[in-house]
Amino acid sequence: MSTTETTASGVGPVEGAPVHSADNPAPLIEAPRLRTKKTPKSTRGNFEMYGWLFMRLSGVVLVVLVLGHLLIQLVLDGGVSKIGFAFVAGRWASPFWQMWDLAMLWLAMLHGANGLRTVINDYAERADTRLWLKGLLYTATVFTILLGTLVIFTFDPNIR
Amino acid sequence: MATPVLDKADEAGRPEPGFADSPYITVTFRIRRFNPEVSAEATWEDFALEIDPKERVLDGLHKIKWDVDGTLTFRRSCAHGICGSDAMRINGKNRLACKTLIKDINPEKPITVEPIKGLTVLKDLVVDMEPFFQAYRDVMPFLITKDTNEPTRERFQTAEDRERFDDTTKCILCAACTSSCPVFWNDGQYFGPAAIVNAHRFIFDSRDDAGEQRLEILNDRDGVWRCRTTFNCTDACPRGIEVTKAIQEVKRALITRRF
Ligand code: SF4
Ligand code: FES
Repeated sequence: MSTTETTASGVGPVEGAPVHSADNPAPLIEAPRLRTKKTPKSTRGNFEMYGWLFMRLSGVVLVVLVLGHLLIQLVLDGGVSKIGFAFVAGRWASPFWQMWDLAMLWLAMLHGANGLRTVINDYAERADTRLWLKGLLYTATVFTILLGTLVIFTFDPNIR
Repeated sequence: MATPVLDKADEAGRPEPGFADSPYITVTFRIRRFNPEVSAEATWEDFALEIDPKERVLDGLHKIKWDVDGTLTFRRSCAHGICGSDAMRINGKNRLACKTLIKDINPEKPITVEPIKGLTVLKDLVVDMEPFFQAYRDVMPFLITKDTNEPTRERFQTAEDRERFDDTTKCILCAACTSSCPVFWNDGQYFGPAAIVNAHRFIFDSRDDAGEQRLEILNDRDGVWRCRTTFNCTDACPRGIEVTKAIQEVKRALITRRF
């Protein structure tokens, strides 16, 4: 700041005489909203892009998997009444249906979890809320995926 | 607008308000008022005006400011839809007050006028545009070329190359799109449609060499991938820019660049 007496407008006591010069420059006016340390870091990287792509691709695959699943379980061959322990045991005896169900489990869980993640990002306003909701979401997702995978592979038809 | 007194009939022979075939009707403007020096709360205030329905909402605001309540605060500059300073939420939709005719928005009911959402209100209809312009600056909305020498001749471009980004050159930075975007409303960190539109304008310009850099900027966590394709921006744009399409084109460019 200059030591010369100035009015609020920055003009010296003698009207029109500039107070500032090359040796005595005017104070820098800071931008009203500087990016500060608190501003979240920009995260370059392709995670969001792959997430976005995954949603589209898994969505397309899920249409086939889920509609096929519903058709087999609920419509064909006597419909829903046929489903029982024996039916499930019979299906999971084949690696093809194991893989079908495994793919459906993983894709649906990840698709849903990623969708909820974006919903939380869009709607949770406070950073803490976001953190907790996402923590809960990831825990539930990992638990369900692991449990489901375990059951598909360790299913024992002779358990009874 | 500048007619000082309407004696019996104005020059066009229109009868004054109150006469049988008068074009004037009574319209209620319901305006969201906020003055931080008086109260921390914003309130609605009604103004009843005699106005020709072929006039614009901006004319109504002028009438109020000039004849009824001088403290009403709003931005406007050109009054002809080109400076982008008077975007506001009129009957719940973002529009330019200077491009909205009263007859087009049902003058029977009160016309609500609010500041655009998602930005801090400073007074009445005036908001702090700084976060909006910060995002705009972040995408480097200026020509960048590899060749740093002064050009010795014009930078030529074919008509097709020019056509590629024609739509996004029309932006007037009014913020109607960004402030209609629900993703932007949350935390204001999303770049917002306007910044992406203006990045698009340079990314697809054949004369510019920094498209790659701009794509990288928009690949950010708060970049194009936060777009939910709600189309609010396209609906809001007073220039008729296909905003959502521009955002999708940037997404596609990001993906095809990788694969
Ligand atoms: S894209 Fe349209 S709505 Fe958005 S700032 Fe530009 S002119 Fe306004
Ligand atoms: S006043 Fe300039 S765009 Fe409306």
